[in-house]
Amino acid sequence: MAVHQVHEYDVLVIGAGGAGLRAAVEAAAADVRVGVVCKSLLGKAHTVMAEGGVAAALSNMDERDNWQVHFADTMRGGQYLNNSRMAELHAQEAPARVRELEAWGALFDRTPDGRILQRNFGGHAYPRLAHVGDRTGLEMIRTLQDHGIHAGLDVHMEVTVTRLLKDGQRVAGAFAYDRERGRFLVFQAGAVVLATGGIGRSYRVTSNSWEYAGDGHSLAYQAGAELMDMEFLQFHPTGMVWPPSVRGILVTEGVRGEGGVLRNSEGRRFMFDDIPEAYRPQTADSEEEGWRYTQGDKNARRPPELLTRDHVARMILREVREGRGSPHGGVFLDIAWIKGRVRDGAGHIRRKLPGMYHQFKELAELDITEESMEIGPTTHYAMGGVRVDADTQMSSIPGLFAAGECAAGLHGANRLGGNSLSDLLVFGQRAGKCAAEFACAQGESYVPDDQVRQAEADALTPFKRKASDSGENAFQIQSDLQDLMQDKVGIIRSPDLLAEAIEEIVTLKRRAAAVAVTGNREYNPGWHTALDLENLLTVSEAVTRAALERRESRGAHTRDDYPGKDSDWGTVNLVITKGEDGAMRLRRERVPPLRGDLKAIIEEIG
Amino acid sequence: MAATTIAANASQGSRRTSFEVWRGDAGGGAFRTYEAEILEGMVVLDALHQIQKEQAPDLAVRWNCKAGKCGSCSAEVNGRPRLTCMTRMSDLPDDQPVRVEPMRTFPLIRDLVTDVSWNFEVKKKVRPFRARPPDADDGTWRMDQRDVDRVMEFRKCIECFLCQDVCHVLREHHYHDSFVGPRFLIYAAALEMHPLDTEDRREDLRRDYGIGYCNITKCCTDVCPEHITITDNGIIPLKERVVDHAYDPLGKLVQIVLRRGKKE
Ligand SMILES: Cc1cc2nc3c(=O)[nH]c(=O)nc-3n(C[C@H](O)[C@H](O)[C@H](O)COP(=O)(O)OP(=O)(O)OC[C@H]3O[C@@H](n4cnc5c(N)ncnc54)[C@H](O)[C@@H]3O)c2cc1C
Ligand code: SF4
Ligand code: SF4
Ligand code: FES
Repeated sequence: MAVHQVHEYDVLVIGAGGAGLRAAVEAAAADVRVGVVCKSLLGKAHTVMAEGGVAAALSNMDERDNWQVHFADTMRGGQYLNNSRMAELHAQEAPARVRELEAWGALFDRTPDGRILQRNFGGHAYPRLAHVGDRTGLEMIRTLQDHGIHAGLDVHMEVTVTRLLKDGQRVAGAFAYDRERGRFLVFQAGAVVLATGGIGRSYRVTSNSWEYAGDGHSLAYQAGAELMDMEFLQFHPTGMVWPPSVRGILVTEGVRGEGGVLRNSEGRRFMFDDIPEAYRPQTADSEEEGWRYTQGDKNARRPPELLTRDHVARMILREVREGRGSPHGGVFLDIAWIKGRVRDGAGHIRRKLPGMYHQFKELAELDITEESMEIGPTTHYAMGGVRVDADTQMSSIPGLFAAGECAAGLHGANRLGGNSLSDLLVFGQRAGKCAAEFACAQGESYVPDDQVRQAEADALTPFKRKASDSGENAFQIQSDLQDLMQDKVGIIRSPDLLAEAIEEIVTLKRRAAAVAVTGNREYNPGWHTALDLENLLTVSEAVTRAALERRESRGAHTRDDYPGKDSDWGTVNLVITKGEDGAMRLRRERVPPLRGDLKAIIEEIG
Repeated sequence: MAATTIAANASQGSRRTSFEVWRGDAGGGAFRTYEAEILEGMVVLDALHQIQKEQAPDLAVRWNCKAGKCGSCSAEVNGRPRLTCMTRMSDLPDDQPVRVEPMRTFPLIRDLVTDVSWNFEVKKKVRPFRARPPDADDGTWRMDQRDVDRVMEFRKCIECFLCQDVCHVLREHHYHDSFVGPRFLIYAAALEMHPLDTEDRREDLRRDYGIGYCNITKCCTDVCPEHITITDNGIIPLKERVVDHAYDPLGKLVQIVLRRGKKE
């Protein structure tokens, strides 16, 4: 072990997105030694891409808003599979977490009387998303990063963790390699916080970056922790579809929040055609009412474009499948039409949506103030993740915490827009605090040599194989997996295809075990991809198995053989663990019961 | 659905283009020639990925979002510092090879990847944000949208460090010890103009950040992918403040009064 660099911390945070940085800042405030590792450079994590805003019931726009309404909205959006305690804490604490960011230097757009401006988003009863134009994530990550560099964090950039290390039952640290030189690092820690984000890279069309290989999910699973709700994968309704090389890049929901509408090739606002029963009372009857809603009329109800993402994505898919799509297989999103309704229309659009204006101008040579955008669903967000305790964020492994997108529970079957950034802040803070407490109470852990040796051997195996023996290329396997998940485990799922997908994943695993890499260990993407395959395949298998198991349609999970909701399934979460024999195990767990007072809130608000 | 659309269109507009990509490390290297198939809408980063996938699996490229939002994929394309994920192939001349090389101002790690850690160290030198006491009893502040908008231009920065790459004070003169570079001058500007901030960085700007080395060539502004008017809106106003502060006691007094007015 002496041959590797060894770093000792009380708390090791894996991930430097919103959740990881918030956790690290909190742990550092408890005066313990904090290390942060991230695969990319500081400030580049996925959180930087978030556009629309952070949800918090600040009630700056509508005094009827409060944590209870936010809680009820989150539960309805998640189709009641959420962990209600997490939804409660989230709704209660989000406002304080957002205000705290402002105290650290974040700037949000303002109301006329100088308070934080909030915007409409799907599934939220009132304008609730604090934002700055359409680059809220950048503002958030930069604020946390700049605050963090003066908080005494020890940051290891471009370092990838490949294994968690354990001391008996308890987590003891992590094994990692650095991208630049290919050297190995051993982290010894009293507590570890996973904040590694999502899994979108297992799909062909995604809004996510290469970092989203499900590392945290897979690290936790391999170490013996439980995953939950893996069948619920959010397909964002509006990703770019043209040109091909940008397919999947996100078009923020903020476009619809600002009055953008969806049309099919016949020019019809097809979202009015089918409005789910649960949302009918809150949805506009006419285009006119919908428009008034987006412009802040409190007596108007929301346009159907702002229904939850799962529904909007399915509606778009239906238009495309029934031949009413746009030329490149999407539908039209039109914001240019509002020019007739607001003063200095083009300028207004550019001010409200500068990032989108820029993105379409530069990548698609299209001026969104003049023309409609072509959009279609894109793999976006994993509701599923590491199963954690609601109050502490600790997993079933003592000392292992998880927060942010890689943790499960808050969002249930479907996440509302804006509820992720607030999730990162609320549960990042809690995880950081509880991890520091755990590390102080439990003292130092011991990192066993044999685990380090094993982790090292695993990481080096691809170099030991000769390309001439197998001919397998890691990029090719990844690409085949992406096609498989895209085609067979997509928005609308059928049991035959899911069963086939499981078979094919087994084959891909075999091929992955034969991958050989060339070159040396310094900044070698071929090697990195070879190591990522284990994670990609693990999360893909988990998604597919859970999707096959859940015989109903709910939230983001739609089965063509079980098109409706099933009340029995409505009280069940699927939990995944690694069996003794190494095979993946699925079991059903009752959704934690709703406390009486929370039940009353839901009944009252609906 | 995705795959068929792409395939259907691939046959229409594809062409092959050759690339000269710098391969090597701190010890030396050379340009190597590769070919890539160019489809409609492709950017330089797509071509590099194709080369990586098919011909050079160990080609080192740094990237993240592929959407112009994270500032990871900076390199020099045909001699110009750019984000490779936002450089469309159709905007480059198609009668000559596309030359891709790493940013020259930073030490090379390998191929297209440079060591930009100096930038992260420099940032620590900049005096951090310190807010004035809250305006309202509930601990919140009131701000005017116009004051927010003014700083927003600088806060758009994605830390791609292209401006640092092009600035001759760093690139040719290597004044890394005494000059923080355009990125951190506008970082300081964003803090100085922040409606809630109470720190004064004028002395730091002159003494520690080396603002005097900038001779307003505006090369930084030219390359900024976020179209931040680094020089005119950031550096020049900062220079004026610093000059007033250093040489003009009366101006200094006026500035202090103005600052009070602004911040209270
Ligand atoms: C385009 C886009 C727009 C979005 N817009 C919104 C929005 O408006 N509102 C909203 O609420 N949500 C939005 N989301 C969702 C939200 O941005 C993400 O869910 C959230 O940022 C995830 O944050 P995180 O802290 O969990 O992880 P991330 O920010 O992704 O950070 C993950 C970190 O973990 C590190 N990491 C991963 N694996 C390893 C490993 N093996 N070893 C070491 N480090 C590792 C990464 O390097 C990175 O630093 C959006 C998402 C996308 C893609
Ligand atoms: S304007 Fe100043 S900072 Fe910008 S490139 Fe020229 S010398 Fe450097
Ligand atoms: S100012 Fe512009 S060029 Fe410089 S780092 Fe920021 S975004 Fe890049
Ligand atoms: S990859 Fe993020 S800016 Fe190019």
